[in-house]
Amino acid sequence: MADAQRHRSSAARPSLWNDPKARSIVFQTIAIVGVLLFFYYIFQNTLANMEQRGITTGFGFLNNEAGFGILMSLIPYDESNTYGRTFIVGLLNTVLVSFVGIIFATILGFIMGVARLSRNWLIAKLAAVYVDSLRNIPLLLQMFFWYIVVLQTLPGARQSYNFLDSFYLSNRGLNVPSPVFEAGSIGILIALVAGIIGAFVFHRWAHKQQDVSGKQYPVFLVSLGLIIGLPLIAYFVTGMPISWDVPVLGGFNFQGGITIIPEFMALLWALATYTGTFIAEIVRSGIQAVSHGQSEAAHALGLHNSPTLRLVVIPQALRVIIPPLTSQYLNLVKNSSLATAIGYPDLVGVFMGTSLNQTGQAIEIVAMTMAVYLALSLIISFLMNIYNARKALTER
Amino acid sequence: MKKSLILLSAAAAFFTTQVANAATLDDVKKKGELTCGVSTGLPGFSQPDSKNNWSGLDVDVCRAVAAAVLGSADKVKYIPLTAKERFTALQSGEIDMLSRNTTWTHTRDTSLGLNFAGVVYYDGQGFMVTKKLGVKSALELNGAAVCIQAGTTTELNLADYFRFKKMKFKPVVFDTSDQTVKGFESGRCDVLTSDQSQLYALRIKLKDPKSAIVLPEVISKEPLGPVVRQGDDQWFNIVKWSLFAMVNAEEFGVTSKTAGDAAKNSKNPGIKRLLGSAGDAGPKLGLAKDWALKIITQVGNYSESFERNVGKGSALKIGRGLNALWSKGGLQYAPPVR
Repeated sequence: MADAQRHRSSAARPSLWNDPKARSIVFQTIAIVGVLLFFYYIFQNTLANMEQRGITTGFGFLNNEAGFGILMSLIPYDESNTYGRTFIVGLLNTVLVSFVGIIFATILGFIMGVARLSRNWLIAKLAAVYVDSLRNIPLLLQMFFWYIVVLQTLPGARQSYNFLDSFYLSNRGLNVPSPVFEAGSIGILIALVAGIIGAFVFHRWAHKQQDVSGKQYPVFLVSLGLIIGLPLIAYFVTGMPISWDVPVLGGFNFQGGITIIPEFMALLWALATYTGTFIAEIVRSGIQAVSHGQSEAAHALGLHNSPTLRLVVIPQALRVIIPPLTSQYLNLVKNSSLATAIGYPDLVGVFMGTSLNQTGQAIEIVAMTMAVYLALSLIISFLMNIYNARKALTER
Repeated sequence: MKKSLILLSAAAAFFTTQVANAATLDDVKKKGELTCGVSTGLPGFSQPDSKNNWSGLDVDVCRAVAAAVLGSADKVKYIPLTAKERFTALQSGEIDMLSRNTTWTHTRDTSLGLNFAGVVYYDGQGFMVTKKLGVKSALELNGAAVCIQAGTTTELNLADYFRFKKMKFKPVVFDTSDQTVKGFESGRCDVLTSDQSQLYALRIKLKDPKSAIVLPEVISKEPLGPVVRQGDDQWFNIVKWSLFAMVNAEEFGVTSKTAGDAAKNSKNPGIKRLLGSAGDAGPKLGLAKDWALKIITQVGNYSESFERNVGKGSALKIGRGLNALWSKGGLQYAPPVR
């Protein structure tokens, strides 16, 4: 008895080498320490080399005056601002074109994906041609193409296309009037917020009513009315406190209003159409992944094609669509860095191009730019994963 | 940064760092050719012809260094670089010297670990507009869209000038000078700005060169010259004195045709010292005695190179102006070889 107990207790604690769990912990610790040491060595080596060659290091340059102008900026910027501010300007430009690009690409991709499955032969073939042609040409070439098309076909500023003397289209960009908000306009903002909340509340109430009594209410139209109508009423009630800053041709270019530069338009169009082809294929594969029995059952219940697609097929197809869709969004964000080729002042062009060349601090700047793209991608995939989890099949 | 400096000196004691012991002269002699960074194609300064033979003022500086070090001006490998890559290529050791119409500025001299080995061309920034606009002076350019090349002193000088004159402008930034010309031609921008020498060169590339005029204002100082890495004083001296040899030769009136004869028969002790028949200027640089003679016979003196590339013998037809010898009212001045 005592012998067995002693044997058991010594067997319960084998030597470090023989215990697989202890072994794995040791090896993993050694691996982690090895990797960390490796990166530490690389880092110190780089610092030593740069010191030796007299190249300045550190992030102090971000407080120096930049001294150059940027074509388009969402925040106020002029040449006396710092390099840190050029970083923000470039970042905002990248986020802007990525955000709008994602929206357009998704809309275009969904429409084309569904169109390819249409029973109308012409529509299906047109969608197929769109997908197969634009998917196979490198994005950089498409970008140059659209930029040249935009520049060469649009007239000069002095002969621009004129719409109502307020909207001008030329090869300097699309000039639209910008709203100037005066004193009473806070009322419009409050009305807009109230309209959105009201639409949301009505949406939930209408769905609850449908669950209870089966009666359907026109949710879309009522929401639209609330969101547009309430602010409109507030606008007139507060005495029309918005005036318009209309662009006026003076000297070389238009003064006043908002200018949407042709580089932005070309970049947006190229990104949206290119990424749209991939999204179209993803949507098509998602829809085809839903069992045919689902749409047959829906038809048997008396639903037409459009409600079937909207209410039965697509919600199930979304489970297949969302993960590859996330990848395409990330691709779009990273592809927007090609903007430097056509002169759009995004993060790579302004910060990793001009600022890098003026200060010469390549390593810090490239590291910051890479960190930004990594952060943007992680945020997008995080949000999409939340959405994905919500669309997952819930067992009852 | 202080703490990590202490840390890294401790680390440097442990780990062997791959810091190149900067002996570029030995590297070049071992390789048997000089690796020279030039532009991607700028008429008059560095441009390849259809058979990939490079010519230009910057190219001649490279050829002079190759002639001095390796004995033959043709032993050069040319690496075309954009304005963004040029300094990184030099810092990393990919090229031995950079001769790419690069402006000598304080920031570049101090914070990049580089040294400027002289000025081969005194330039200034100017503007080019189409004649149709009817603009006669840069002061009328308020609100204009301006095409610029990314990452150059041009961007900074432009911003300074417009800020100083209280004018506004819209910068349209491209990667290469060819794209800036296309932007200017397509009407995307009203004005093209660059160094004056580049403007004359780019005007030739336009479809209708006569449709554009260069405005009279020169808004900055742009001393263009060759660049080498810090930490290699011998190489720095070699590049510096190769350029000075060409200028001194012009001062003495020695040309590529008369140099051989002058080395043997000249009565001027200054000429004999320059060309190596007297004194030991060459060995003091680590080179052969006839280093300057090889430069002048194979590349020519400064005025021959100037006229051939950007002056009367070229399509640019730029006058000597600031680049004349100091004795003729210009700024080219080489210290004496003695």
